[in-house]
Amino acid sequence: MLRYEGKTVIELDVNGEKRTVTVRPSDILLDVLRDQLGLTGAKPGCRNGDCGACTVIMDGLPAKSCLVLAVEAVGRSILTVEGLDAGSPIQGAFVAKSAFQCGYCTSGFLMVCHAMLSKYPKPEEHVLEEWLQSNICRCTSYQEIRDAVKSIIQQ
Amino acid sequence: MRYAVGHSIPRKESWAKVSGRAKYTGDLPAHGTFFARLLTSPYAHARILRIDTSGAESLEGVKAVITGSDCPWLFGIMIRDRPAIALNEVRYAGEPVAMVVAVDEATAELGVRAILVEYEPLPFVIKPSEALAEGAVLLHPQLAAYRKVVDEVYPEAGTNIASRYRIRKGDIKSAFSNCDVVVSARFFLPPSDHFAMEVRCAEAAITADGTVLVTTSSQSPYSVRQQLSDVFNIPAGKIRVNVPFVGGGFGGKSSVVLEILAYIASKKLGGKPVRLIISREQDMETAPCRIGLEADIKLGALRDGTLLAAEITYLVDCGAYSDIAPNMAKAIAVDCTGPYNIPNVSCDSLCVYTNHTFATAYRSFAHESQAFCIERAVDMVARKCGMCPLELRLKNAIRSGDYTPTQVLCTPSIIGDLPQCIEKVKLLSNWNGGKPMAVGPNKVRAMGISCLWKTENPPTDAISGALVTFNSDGSLYLNTGVAEIGSGGKTHLAQILAETLKIDAGQVHVISQVDTALSPEHWKTVASFTEYMAGNAVYRAAQDILNQLRANGAEAFKCSADEIEVENGRVYRRGNPSSYIEFKDIVGGYKAQDGSSLGEPVLGRGGFMLKGLTALDKNTGRGRTGPAWTVGAQVVEIEADLKDFSYRILSASSVIDVGAVINPELMRSVVAGGMAMGMSMASREAFFYDEKGLLKTPNLRTYKLMHIGQEPDYRVGFVETPEDGSPYGVRPYSEHGIIGIPAALANALSAAFGKEITSLPLTPEMLWRLWVEGMR
Repeated sequence: MLRYEGKTVIELDVNGEKRTVTVRPSDILLDVLRDQLGLTGAKPGCRNGDCGACTVIMDGLPAKSCLVLAVEAVGRSILTVEGLDAGSPIQGAFVAKSAFQCGYCTSGFLMVCHAMLSKYPKPEEHVLEEWLQSNICRCTSYQEIRDAVKSIIQQ
Repeated sequence: MRYAVGHSIPRKESWAKVSGRAKYTGDLPAHGTFFARLLTSPYAHARILRIDTSGAESLEGVKAVITGSDCPWLFGIMIRDRPAIALNEVRYAGEPVAMVVAVDEATAELGVRAILVEYEPLPFVIKPSEALAEGAVLLHPQLAAYRKVVDEVYPEAGTNIASRYRIRKGDIKSAFSNCDVVVSARFFLPPSDHFAMEVRCAEAAITADGTVLVTTSSQSPYSVRQQLSDVFNIPAGKIRVNVPFVGGGFGGKSSVVLEILAYIASKKLGGKPVRLIISREQDMETAPCRIGLEADIKLGALRDGTLLAAEITYLVDCGAYSDIAPNMAKAIAVDCTGPYNIPNVSCDSLCVYTNHTFATAYRSFAHESQAFCIERAVDMVARKCGMCPLELRLKNAIRSGDYTPTQVLCTPSIIGDLPQCIEKVKLLSNWNGGKPMAVGPNKVRAMGISCLWKTENPPTDAISGALVTFNSDGSLYLNTGVAEIGSGGKTHLAQILAETLKIDAGQVHVISQVDTALSPEHWKTVASFTEYMAGNAVYRAAQDILNQLRANGAEAFKCSADEIEVENGRVYRRGNPSSYIEFKDIVGGYKAQDGSSLGEPVLGRGGFMLKGLTALDKNTGRGRTGPAWTVGAQVVEIEADLKDFSYRILSASSVIDVGAVINPELMRSVVAGGMAMGMSMASREAFFYDEKGLLKTPNLRTYKLMHIGQEPDYRVGFVETPEDGSPYGVRPYSEHGIIGIPAALANALSAAFGKEITSLPLTPEMLWRLWVEGMR
């Protein structure tokens, strides 16, 4: 079993690049991404796993980066919103369907949608709801986010 | 032909937000920045006997521990009643008691936990009616000594009343005696939270020459400047406030709280940059929340449903400090009857101190709470008269020629067209007459309707401004003091500018952030007032540009300026559009073919100040607080299970008279968002307090918000009755989607269960309690 004490240098695989960071055992992935790698797309909304604003994709599945220790992410493939780099159709769909207003929850929602669509290219309504229930948006009515996802399913 | 207004263009900042590159306050680099954390009160009301900070001070990395004795100043936008950090006494659970500044956040938090505080608990009050009771503990015995910052606030010494407003119109006594139907009801609405997704955050530093730099997630950068300047005697020109993208505000970020603490911390560290980070829990418990409201409503009507009289008491529950809440008490007094023509009105609206988190503006400035009470009472009248609630509203809807409670004579420009909103929402919602319909064993469907109206209550001399510069390609930069909090105001402003210049909105770039040193002052990004106030400034800046382009064109074409046309990014002489000069060749002055320099570079500027508004008469409330009203009607349809008290929200419809539709999709989505917020608030959100006065719901595990899959089918329609003096006639609209939703939902559930609902939130448990305990 791996053991980390004090500050440790670890290597993370973020957006297809190997990145070296220095972490304490208690550091969460969210803070390391934001503070050490400048990847501020993932947002702290509650730091309690309840709101989803910090969602990233780990090994293909959405993960709340506030609930992941940085040391747990070693050896996993991490994708953040910066890694989409306009490469996911869900981004344009969010723009076209007004699926955000203040934009703070947006990265998290995009990552859940991206992961879901990778696994289920044509998700049924209940699948969509089940996946997206992990996140909260306070500005939109959710109808817009639903419409954004549906608009690319239909393509 | 329309160039930009009426077009559904995406928000200007769209790609910044979907690429994760939009920067919010907490995203900014923090190299060299120190971090502050707060210790907060575990008591609703207590005397602070002793604070021992030595444990924190001895920690490696702790730079400063600041307590109330370090900050003897009082703050408040209406009454200076709030210390930055509690001094001698705490008045709500969650109130800051100490602040620790350290090299990093973790160390600051360790410092917070090393502080020992000894308290002596005091009696406390949580509801305004308790706070007004004989012998109730006083939160502010020194109320009379506090400094009033504005004229229209009337604290009552020796009580818990922060202010009181009176509306008197007609003669309610004789009117009630002529009524066939009278209903009376008492309402109780607990406070709740804005819950913007971005937790509030602020950073401050002081430069070597004494300039205070603040970066903050605020809706009110100029208010931050003003309050720091006023309290600390710093010239406003030595304060620079920067607001990047704001992750939702909903009014909650209009109050100046964290900025003050960050400044105090930086000052203590000799001007070093300090970022104050609060937790989500503190964002809910320490930073301001939504008001609570208690109300007594008595409505009188003739048998045919004509409303004759209203007697109303509103007790606005502002929590421990007044902030902007007195103005909310005033605002709901101004609109106390809802949008109905009631000739005889008496309303007393009080702002009352209680021992819980203090309140600030919340989307619609207390109208969502006020509308709940009035619209429920209107439904009770309809039930007693045996009338369809929609028809009763149509019959009494305020119209041109009627007088508002503050005796403003309505014109189409002032009041819009509520009857048309009601007729349209009837179609949009497939209104069924309001009678519940059985759809299965123990299952009924029911609809509820609510109307809405709101005018504004800004300072009567509030200002806004716009600066426009050109790029060498002929495109423009629009610079205003409006914060981009999510309501899309800057996109609307770009469209107003483009329309007035007759160019494509794509040619207008907006500066998303606000820097008080660079952007012209805009009162606050509140009250849905961006399109009216900043819109007017932008419209004037556009006129300024047109005048300059015409002057340049006159020199270039050697004609008079009146003959110059500006259109599609071209300047030409009337009658000869084929011979034109493109913007890029004329906005920086014009170089003629003979090489001579003609004209001047074009720089657009527009300023706007509110005019014609008045204070309210202290005894009758007569006066005009805002330029006009926005009216609308909303319907909610639910399917309820009469056995287990659960329900599904099937649809929600809104028709709002927005004056003019600037960006159809943007407006639709913002109204739908307001409806969603109202639905979430009404169906599940509340600040509940335990027997010790502690908040029982300070996080998302206990404070529930709507998730995807719980939302109904949202339908939005518009009516367009232009408002004079507003660019293209647009009315404030961006908060209004919330106003009637709690009432419409409660009206639907009241119809379904055959009980008169008088409180929120409408959880199945609350409905069950109403059922078994009877009506309060």
